[in-house]
Amino acid sequence: MRRQLILENGEVFVGKAFGSGKQMSGEVVFNTGMTGYQEILSDPSYCAQIVTLTYPLIGNYGINRDDFESIKPSINGLIVKEAAKFPSNWRNEETMDELLKANDIPGLEGIDTRKLTRMIREHGTLKGKLCSMDVDVDAVVSELKEMSLIKNQVSLVSTKQSYASPGRGYRVVLIDYGMKKGILRELNNRGCDIVVVPYNATSEEILRLNPDGIMLSNGPGDPVNVPEAVETLKNLLGKAPIFGICLGHQLLALACGASTTKLKFGHRGSNHPVKELASGKVDITSQNHGYTVEAHSIKNTKLSITHVAVNDGTVEGIEHTEYPAFSVQYHPEASPGPEDANGLFERFMELMKKNIESKIGTRG
Amino acid sequence: MPKREDIKKILVIGSGPIVIGQAAEFDYAGTQACQALKEEGYEVILINSNPATIMTDTSMADKVYIEPITYEFVSRIIRQERPDGLLPTLGGQTGLNMAVELQKSGILDEYNIELLGTKLHSIEQAEDRDLFRTLMNDLNEPVPASAIIHTLEEAYEFVEEIGYPIIVRPAYTLGGTGGGLVYNEADLIEIVTSGLKYSPVTQCLVEKSIAGFKEVEYEVMRDSKDGAIVVCNMENIDPVGVHTGDSIVVAPSQTLSDREYQMLRNSSLKIIRALGIEGGCNVQFALDPDSYQYYIIEVNPRVSRSSALASKATGYPIAKIAAKIAAGYTLDEIKNPITKTTYASFEPALDYVVSKIPRWPFDKFEAANRTLGTQMKATGEVMAIGRNLEESLLKAVRSLETNVLHLQIEKLEALTQEEMEHRLQKADDERLFIVAEAMRRGYTVEQVWELTKIDRFFLNKILGIIQFEGKLKEAPFNEDILNESKELGFSDDTIAKFWNVTEREVYDFRYEKEIVPVYKMVDTCAAEFESKTPYFYGTYEDENESVITDKKSIVVLGSGPIRIGQGIEFDYATVHTVLAIKEAGYEAIIINNNPETVSTDFSISDKLYFEPLAVEDVMHIINHEKPAGVIVQFGGQTAINLADELSARGVTILGTSLDDMDRAENRDKFEQALQELEVLQPLGRTATSVDGAVEIANKIGYPVLVRPSYVLGGRAMEIVYFEEELLRYMENAAKVNPKHPVLIDRYLIGKEIEVDAICDGETVVIPGIMEHIERAGVHSGDSIAVYPPQSLSEKTKQKVIETTIKLARGLNIIGLLNIQFVLHEDEVYVLEVNPRSSRTVPFLSKITGVPMANLATKAILGIKLNNLGYETGYVKEAKEVSVKVPVFSFAKLRDVDITLGPEMKSTGEVMGRDLTIEKALYKGLVASGMNIPTHGSVLFTVADKDKDEALELIRRFHRIGYHILATEGTAKRITEENIPVTVVNKIGAEKPHMLDVIRQGQAQFVINTLTKGKQPARDGFRIRREAVENGVVCLTSMDTAEALLRVLELITFASEAMPSFQEEKAVVTTR
Repeated sequence: MRRQLILENGEVFVGKAFGSGKQMSGEVVFNTGMTGYQEILSDPSYCAQIVTLTYPLIGNYGINRDDFESIKPSINGLIVKEAAKFPSNWRNEETMDELLKANDIPGLEGIDTRKLTRMIREHGTLKGKLCSMDVDVDAVVSELKEMSLIKNQVSLVSTKQSYASPGRGYRVVLIDYGMKKGILRELNNRGCDIVVVPYNATSEEILRLNPDGIMLSNGPGDPVNVPEAVETLKNLLGKAPIFGICLGHQLLALACGASTTKLKFGHRGSNHPVKELASGKVDITSQNHGYTVEAHSIKNTKLSITHVAVNDGTVEGIEHTEYPAFSVQYHPEASPGPEDANGLFERFMELMKKNIESKIGTRG
Repeated sequence: MPKREDIKKILVIGSGPIVIGQAAEFDYAGTQACQALKEEGYEVILINSNPATIMTDTSMADKVYIEPITYEFVSRIIRQERPDGLLPTLGGQTGLNMAVELQKSGILDEYNIELLGTKLHSIEQAEDRDLFRTLMNDLNEPVPASAIIHTLEEAYEFVEEIGYPIIVRPAYTLGGTGGGLVYNEADLIEIVTSGLKYSPVTQCLVEKSIAGFKEVEYEVMRDSKDGAIVVCNMENIDPVGVHTGDSIVVAPSQTLSDREYQMLRNSSLKIIRALGIEGGCNVQFALDPDSYQYYIIEVNPRVSRSSALASKATGYPIAKIAAKIAAGYTLDEIKNPITKTTYASFEPALDYVVSKIPRWPFDKFEAANRTLGTQMKATGEVMAIGRNLEESLLKAVRSLETNVLHLQIEKLEALTQEEMEHRLQKADDERLFIVAEAMRRGYTVEQVWELTKIDRFFLNKILGIIQFEGKLKEAPFNEDILNESKELGFSDDTIAKFWNVTEREVYDFRYEKEIVPVYKMVDTCAAEFESKTPYFYGTYEDENESVITDKKSIVVLGSGPIRIGQGIEFDYATVHTVLAIKEAGYEAIIINNNPETVSTDFSISDKLYFEPLAVEDVMHIINHEKPAGVIVQFGGQTAINLADELSARGVTILGTSLDDMDRAENRDKFEQALQELEVLQPLGRTATSVDGAVEIANKIGYPVLVRPSYVLGGRAMEIVYFEEELLRYMENAAKVNPKHPVLIDRYLIGKEIEVDAICDGETVVIPGIMEHIERAGVHSGDSIAVYPPQSLSEKTKQKVIETTIKLARGLNIIGLLNIQFVLHEDEVYVLEVNPRSSRTVPFLSKITGVPMANLATKAILGIKLNNLGYETGYVKEAKEVSVKVPVFSFAKLRDVDITLGPEMKSTGEVMGRDLTIEKALYKGLVASGMNIPTHGSVLFTVADKDKDEALELIRRFHRIGYHILATEGTAKRITEENIPVTVVNKIGAEKPHMLDVIRQGQAQFVINTLTKGKQPARDGFRIRREAVENGVVCLTSMDTAEALLRVLELITFASEAMPSFQEEKAVVTTR
């Protein structure tokens, strides 16, 4: 069956339908990772977006039980050049088509995804809609032009209830703005005693849990759309070591007085080099963000820039000059993508350790 | 870290001649490295023995030494040049081994020369089996368990520990004789027992078998500050068990989940860091298809064939970046030369699928064992790019130029089920096609997987292609089906066969319906960043990214994969054509499909199309680019073969016209042309029946040279001396009929002379005349060529020059031509005229200083040679003597007869240059890998017709102190000459016989000409192979033997006792 992608600029891409038959609209973005489609489409940061994968063969190793980054994918659509019909891998359980059908997500294959990618690169991200062939294209284009993108993605994907993921190590409160399972996994691997709280948990609620450290997760959308989270963070600064990732990073920046802005087409892929300014060391990182912390806005804050993107020089990491708080724009938990930056979790552990030691020191 | 200022002068070691396993990829790597270092302002000194490379052009380095890559010569150059640094990791295993030898000898310390890039201890750690295993154990990186055993009991212990299956490899046996795969106890007893028996030291290596695992490679780079990235990963379609150079490979990996991908990525980065590599490195993994278990198979601490492939597959120039790292830069300081906006410290993202298929020499060596295993056999490879796997794979198939344009080889239809299943199980060069054949016969993916262990993902793709064939057959001229078939990569030719129409009809129909490809850019970043690199591939999609400029353009057709008979020389000429076109002010567009070469480096041409050299693919580009013309004469037979069809479709072929080319290549027209021009050629006739052949041979007189008319390049050509042989040839080698006549020429015994010339229609420039050491009858590519000629009289030279000028003008040559002559009884005969670039163009260009390909291109573009400062005639001869010596890869190709003859067998060449012919020959022979001991024994086994000549050689060997070994008949003749000789038993006679003598290293040289007659030929073959397998120099031409003798006479001294003057005097006094 044929299906089309209609974009706000009037461009139409006609291809083959797979997944659900639902018509859905959203911001069309692209990711350049060559592996990791399962992690990408289940990453809550893509909430309400239509994701294009630039690697043409998607679904080759199927969908497995283990590699989901959230329980239910929250993307509004998936666009690929070719969705594999006969996946092959020892962990394979179902095809891409079956997965999307089960989650009521529309898919489109067989279009010139490189053309679409180039278009997004030139115009910036575009609003688009996956439609059946019988719609009035002009009507859809005006609808898209009128349409404002949703702003409440974080509330859609964040956990509604706090829950514990027990361990015997440091108590970490993990604020879920649309958390990838990978972050929880990394903390679990380090023995942490974790409590995951909703994005709108108050600082009192969080501090009552007596955390050794606070972890800010990734999440979808524009950080300015979650002002309550920014307020909470202001109150948490200095109370316990803080480590932020992606949206968590942007929220920490806002809480410290810096500002954020939208990138033309974002960083989405598994091959982004990031340089740590102190050491000059470059890590290849996994990234997925449409917004970035503005470098010039850091000047009048108590933040310093620790990491920059090698390609475009944008801010990739910051730390607080007084409090034990740091954050990165990229994904040290990988999944998908390179694990080069995994050491940042160790840094967080160190910070918590030092903080506890200093408390004991002052007590003694 | 910015570049190092403490070093000024850098020595780069190349990889030497092209042999199987070490080919054009090192010309590409070396050229990039030299350019990168020069760009940084270093003084670059290059040593490489291979004249056919771009790398050894004098413009590539500040000083180029074309000298043997041996300690003797390299150390001389070091003493002379006193470089500050040495870059060893870009010249393949040859360069690396040389560097290790230099370091160990102490010369590098003596002159305070630093090894740049990867350090020696890292190299050793990666290459030494024990050191490597220890390192892997320290890193907790798994290597297949193995042990050395001496008894069956020890084998049992090993199996108890790690389980079946295991591989048994007896120590010190050739080609793994007596070893094998062991699946159970019965196998174990049998194979270990026999293995221990075969091993001269009663020792076997037993190793856990990982055959059937996925084979995955990672190309990794690291800088001195520990920055490390993965450039590319690749997955072999053939599972572990087939050498990666012989495997069909796709990039990126297709069946690895992100977890698997990252697991192996982490491992390869851990290894490159632990080894402390500074530059490029390749890590090969075996991955269990059913778990996360993996093993490290091998690490190459240097730029390799895979890195050339990865560079072309991604656009990331590994060798260039490796050279910059060696000069001190870190990855984040180096701009990505493709995007020019991003940096080298990022990992390329592909948005296409790359397939590589090896090109094997089995069309030339029919007797060779085609089974693929741990010894690489391919001479070259092709790469293709598509937006899906099917397209990528089918484009690669038609790039191979084996007359196969689809996953279908007709003769495989005749395979019995048993044969087919056997060949699915035991991989050979045709397995891909046999998989397709099995599926046509209804085999399921599961069945084929059982036999091949090729991942079901790939098998399903192949099955999809086969299933689509059915759809195609039922829908002639259906637009949708046609479109779909093109998206899947089907060739017009294949579609035409299914539709029962001509290829042209399909092609025309497509253009009518506008079903034509678009071109996409290879940009390292999946379109994320804008890039301006003009590197394109075709695919059937929407958006075309290849923008046509206003500049007039010229299309150059490359020479495709490296194969025997069409080597790197043609890539050399292609590159120079491209550069000359640019110089002349045109836009140079190249089409080629060989990932190893310099011509497919995107920085060489104005535009590179990485596409098959098949008519439709070339036409698509021409239709899109609308060039002023196409140049075909530099791309070897590949390009020439396309000329007719291109011309028929209205394409302007520049240079010598097709009619004139035909006059040189069509036998009858050629004969007529020579008669008109009053040029002599050996008598010859065309036979259409066996009786006719006999009659013709009798008329023109034996010996005669026979060959089928429809093959070129010396294939199936033979010299026959009498009727019986002719009859055998006619029955076995050539199926003669009126459609496939056989050519019979008088075989003139004499010196072979070769000339290359450039002509613009008026002026004929002859840069050099070469004489061959081996007499006519040995393929010119396998002969030692000498420049300037040493034995030709002025009169002969004049005759050659006059004839060349006459032919060039008479055949209306515009561009290059190559002529082969034979000097027979003081008369010069023309054997062959090739109206195109030849194998000797790079050699002659380098030694005469005449930029032949450049001049020829200018002539083709209408620039007069006179205006470039050249006049008709022979360019003044250089005073140094240069020899071009062929290099063979016989050790890699079992069952191939090494006898030199009209069929070309060499894979590469080296050059020797010095003040005398003997010195030049010495360098040439040494550079070709010949071990020349200055004392020892020479074993003669020669045919009766050669005995007189042999005696002369024997006398000379004896004079310089060599001992002679011979069989009884020959020994008798030798004894009669008063030369001491040791009789050696014939094969089959009592031991120790001839083969034992060779095996035990009792002969340093073997001279063998037994090729005729049933039993002698068979024995001769066994002797020659035995010599090859034991690394003993074996010569099959009296002329080569004589050349060797001249060298030996140069480097040895006579060992003769003083004549007994005393006795004579005594006689006088008593009288």
